Amino acid sequence: MRARIPLTLPDPERDHISGSAGGLTRLLEYGDYECPFCAEVQPIVKEIQRRLGDDLLFGFRNFPLTNIHPHSEHAAEAAEAAGTQGNFWAMHDLLFENQEALEDDDLAAYAAKLGLDQTRLIREVIWKIYTPRIREDFKSGVRGGVNGTPTFFINGERYDGPLDLKHLLSALTPQNM
Amino acid sequence: MLSPGTQAPAFALRCTPDQSVSLSELRGRPVVLAFYPADWSPVCGDQMALYNETLDEFQEFQAELVGISVDGAWCHDAFAKHNKLHFPLLADFEPKGAVARAYGVYDEKDGTCERALFVIDSDGIIHWSYVSPTGVNPGANGILSALEDLKTKSETTAGPK
Repeated sequence: MRARIPLTLPDPERDHISGSAGGLTRLLEYGDYECPFCAEVQPIVKEIQRRLGDDLLFGFRNFPLTNIHPHSEHAAEAAEAAGTQGNFWAMHDLLFENQEALEDDDLAAYAAKLGLDQTRLIREVIWKIYTPRIREDFKSGVRGGVNGTPTFFINGERYDGPLDLKHLLSALTPQNM
Repeated sequence: MLSPGTQAPAFALRCTPDQSVSLSELRGRPVVLAFYPADWSPVCGDQMALYNETLDEFQEFQAELVGISVDGAWCHDAFAKHNKLHFPLLADFEPKGAVARAYGVYDEKDGTCERALFVIDSDGIIHWSYVSPTGVNPGANGILSALEDLKTKSETTAGPK
């Protein structure tokens, strides 16, 4: 791999992160905007973020399964393009909330809704400006042990438990903390 | 299951209703054999869908990937089309499971292949093998590490020109 990315920890220098860079608990998700399980877990991630507040550093990397999810690549490009315009997380949320509508026209509409430059965003999506970054995310996931989506890493360890709030929270907040 | 250092048993299996693939025709580059229990079961779908996305990474090692299960060629054909798979699925169908048995990864109880991975070197010797619990998708990292290791080994043995 060209850059030495930590495979299983969010990297505040590189990744889209939310929460506090000094957060003691580090959660990294590998996800696909067209994956129904990823959309399902999204509100749970939000609730975890709300409850843990500044104790949590959350990072998201793309892991699009482009053959079974034909819109996943463009959706990932759109989130990255929104990130360049300073609004990654709002686009990220909109994409998961509107998973059944991920055509390019929909992506443009979401950009407009967020007050972004939609012409620029769609141009970047079509020109695949962010493909190298998305592939880098994907590769780091494969090498880190991602075998499907969503995959979560808690403080660098893959979480294989149930994807519900109770189990995730207890994995994120061990007794000794 | 056959262990590293063993000669990989030869086979020729249908990959479509009218085409076959043999191990010998893949000689000269690393081969990845991914035995899996069945087309259409959700976990298998994930595993083959994942490998389908990692073909570029396998390609970096000039490695050839084939999936193998006891499903017939017509079933493979439908499954591969449904998931837009870009690598062959081989039918270990008649006699059922013969290749899986030769590799020591046939599950007699269920009558399917186990979820087993083999990386075979360009001379046809098994370099790495791994069996995953049937319900667990082993991912691609083990395969890529084995291919990397194989590449390092061949560069070392080749020595400076």
